[in-house]
Amino acid sequence: MYDPTVARLTYRALLGRRRALILGALPLLLIVIAVAVRALTGADDQTATDVLGGFALATMVPIIGVIAGTGAIGPEIDDGSVVYLLSKPIKRPTIIFTKLIVAIAVTMVFSAVPTMIAGLILNGNGQQIAVAYTVAALVASIAYAALFLLLGTVSRHAVVFGLVYALVWEALFGSLVPGARTLSVQQWSLAVAERVAGGDLVTSDVGLTTATVLLVVVTVAATWYAGQKLRTLTLAGEE
Amino acid sequence: MTTLSIDHVSRWFGNVVAVNDITMTIGPGVTGLLGPNGAGKSTLINMMAGFLAPSTGTVTLDGQPVWRNEAIYRHIGIVPEREAMYDFLTGKEFVLANAELHGLDARAAQRALATVEMEYAQDRKIATYSKGMRQRVKMASALVHDPSLLLLDEPFNGMDPRQRMQLMDLLRRMGDEGRTVLFSSHILEEVEQLAWHIEVVVAGRHAASGDFRKIRRLMTDRPHRYLVRSSDDRALAAALIADPSTSGIEVDPAEDALLIQAVDFGRFTTLLPRVARDHGIRLLTVSPSDESLESVFSYLVAA
Repeated sequence: MYDPTVARLTYRALLGRRRALILGALPLLLIVIAVAVRALTGADDQTATDVLGGFALATMVPIIGVIAGTGAIGPEIDDGSVVYLLSKPIKRPTIIFTKLIVAIAVTMVFSAVPTMIAGLILNGNGQQIAVAYTVAALVASIAYAALFLLLGTVSRHAVVFGLVYALVWEALFGSLVPGARTLSVQQWSLAVAERVAGGDLVTSDVGLTTATVLLVVVTVAATWYAGQKLRTLTLAGEE
Repeated sequence: MTTLSIDHVSRWFGNVVAVNDITMTIGPGVTGLLGPNGAGKSTLINMMAGFLAPSTGTVTLDGQPVWRNEAIYRHIGIVPEREAMYDFLTGKEFVLANAELHGLDARAAQRALATVEMEYAQDRKIATYSKGMRQRVKMASALVHDPSLLLLDEPFNGMDPRQRMQLMDLLRRMGDEGRTVLFSSHILEEVEQLAWHIEVVVAGRHAASGDFRKIRRLMTDRPHRYLVRSSDDRALAAALIADPSTSGIEVDPAEDALLIQAVDFGRFTTLLPRVARDHGIRLLTVSPSDESLESVFSYLVAA
């Protein structure tokens, strides 16, 4: 199910100079914000929750997910170099699964690690807030990577759709229409974080059971479907 | 012995028919797939390579279906027309990755690089390669698992004459070794120099198949058409039609010219000026009206 060569090619494509810069920019911004907030207001649990929930989990994690998830396969399909993977005796679902693992790993490293660091800077993990949001970022990384990998497999405009989902649906629509929150990776991962933090600061609109089921279903279904789409992927001719 | 069978294959995209009911069998040796740009060659090669499902019909390799059959790639090497190929890798890394994806090791990669004589540049990034070098590394990646069928889509595009010759030598050698090699081209001379056997595709249809010399003769012996304007078109027409080298003349009032069909090319070219001089007619325009490759091909379709 996992092909180390496919993984190596995907890592190198994802962590190429330009993309690595984009991936590194947001985490750096988060840490700068954390340092500034801590310096200006001192350690405060509510502020830590606001920064980690409002910026790290709501904005940074999905955007990193979009870049890593769509970037793990989209550019190869766009420029046609995916033909070198497809013309090999390797099961197409293996290619997708391997790319998913890579996308998850990259999303986790570029989102969960800086979340943890920012949390420690903001309030020194008081009330387990840093750990709770780090766990949320880890969980969200899996679902986002799977969703955006599928998007990268089926659409040439995956980055645009991904950003629209991440920013409009998760951030804007979710804050206006309560029902939309049930169908939000962010809320599902918050349900897990709520359990970790235990206090009243980290809350989710979705129950833990529902959240877990939805996370698993979305991740598995997206990965399976991406594998099927790759099996019948039509490489457009030059004509 | 590897035989690729295309059996009543059609492919349409929406309302556009790209490939129309083609049946052909490609056996060992070098086969050229010839046709003008847009004839459906790439669509056909994509179906042969298992990258595109035929709308109807089947493509099989020694009886095995090619579409949705990943195992078939143990026997097929593909050199795509598109340039993109993991430019951030070196040539060696790229060929090694291809070897590993076949379950092979660095020795196979090294052998393939030696076959295409790219060892000297193997440690450079592909991004720095010329078109010809890219083409050779693509060849190496296609040869790494010693396939019995090699499919190449317009492999000579953009190559300089020396690179072209090297690649032709290599493909000839592959054919001599008993491999089934199929390459597409829209250039007659390329196919003529290399292929033992050609398949001609025009406008999605299978126009001709067989020995190159036979098809070449069909192409040069075809009737030639000329557009001629003169000081007295009708008198010229009357004089020309008396000679057997001319098979038909039409007066085209819209163009204000004669459309002449000549069956004997050599004789007609000396006849026309002589007749004009003898009758005191001035020739104003003499132009071949169908020398394009497309018209040569469409003649073949009709033949």
